[in-house]
Amino acid sequence: MSEMAQVMRVNARGMITLRGDLMSTLMKKSIKTVTGLGMPTSGQFLGNGTSGVAWMSPDELLLVVPYADVAKFVSQIDSTMKDQHYLAADVSDARAVFSVSGTNARDVLARVCPVDLHPGSFCIGQFRRTRMAQVAAAFWMHDTGFDVVCFQSVGDYVQDLLTQAAENAVGAAFYT
Amino acid sequence: MLIFECPYCGVYADETELQAGGEAHLKRFGPGSDDESFEGYLFMRKNPKGVHLERWRHSFGCGKWFHAARCTMTLEVFGTYSAQTLEPPKALVEKIKAKRPKWSWREFGGAAT
Repeated sequence: MSEMAQVMRVNARGMITLRGDLMSTLMKKSIKTVTGLGMPTSGQFLGNGTSGVAWMSPDELLLVVPYADVAKFVSQIDSTMKDQHYLAADVSDARAVFSVSGTNARDVLARVCPVDLHPGSFCIGQFRRTRMAQVAAAFWMHDTGFDVVCFQSVGDYVQDLLTQAAENAVGAAFYT
Repeated sequence: MLIFECPYCGVYADETELQAGGEAHLKRFGPGSDDESFEGYLFMRKNPKGVHLERWRHSFGCGKWFHAARCTMTLEVFGTYSAQTLEPPKALVEKIKAKRPKWSWREFGGAAT
């Protein structure tokens, strides 16, 4: 790993998959209760480095919360969304999380994802599900860098991939 | 590289992020239909040299199916549209016809040449 980019595996990050009609008031209320945030728009991440809410697809959200509070928040959503057609699932242990930071963080991700990471195209508060080399992954940008999530089953692969990309991403950053 | 704009998440996704789903707007002929139309539904596909209407899935992204119109010869993309429809949007058909006046595609796109 170079000084320009740091890749760190984040352990015990709480995550809840919330599916349902994103337009409904109860859905908005559930997000407000759990994260204190509003409804993100398409491709948006609201929050900071440790918690927030991300737009996954037209009927799916990812809530990022403290690990210890997941069960509490899921039951809160369950009581709010009672009798609605929805899904709230604890996916904390189903996913591996990485943080990518440093001046060359954009270069690291650009090496492994087919995404335009130019600062004019991808900035803080944006979220993207994509392909990372051979596997599915998603990342978002916050004040201090990027957070990457992938399935736990390919976590080691993604760790090696990002670490290698960070080692190679030395020299002047392509995206500054 | 083929790049489609996903109509659901607005992402410009390249083909490595997508999964091809074959011909669009197939009409199902199930039990009770005659053998010929059932065979047509199962096996007969258009394979045009020119503009084709296809199904694609944004499999590495939002996971939604959508429709796309692209030229199989030049890979020019004419547009993408929602999967919750039985026919291509009129604006898209007009856009294709403006460039390819002789275009026709099954029952869409007007008279064949």
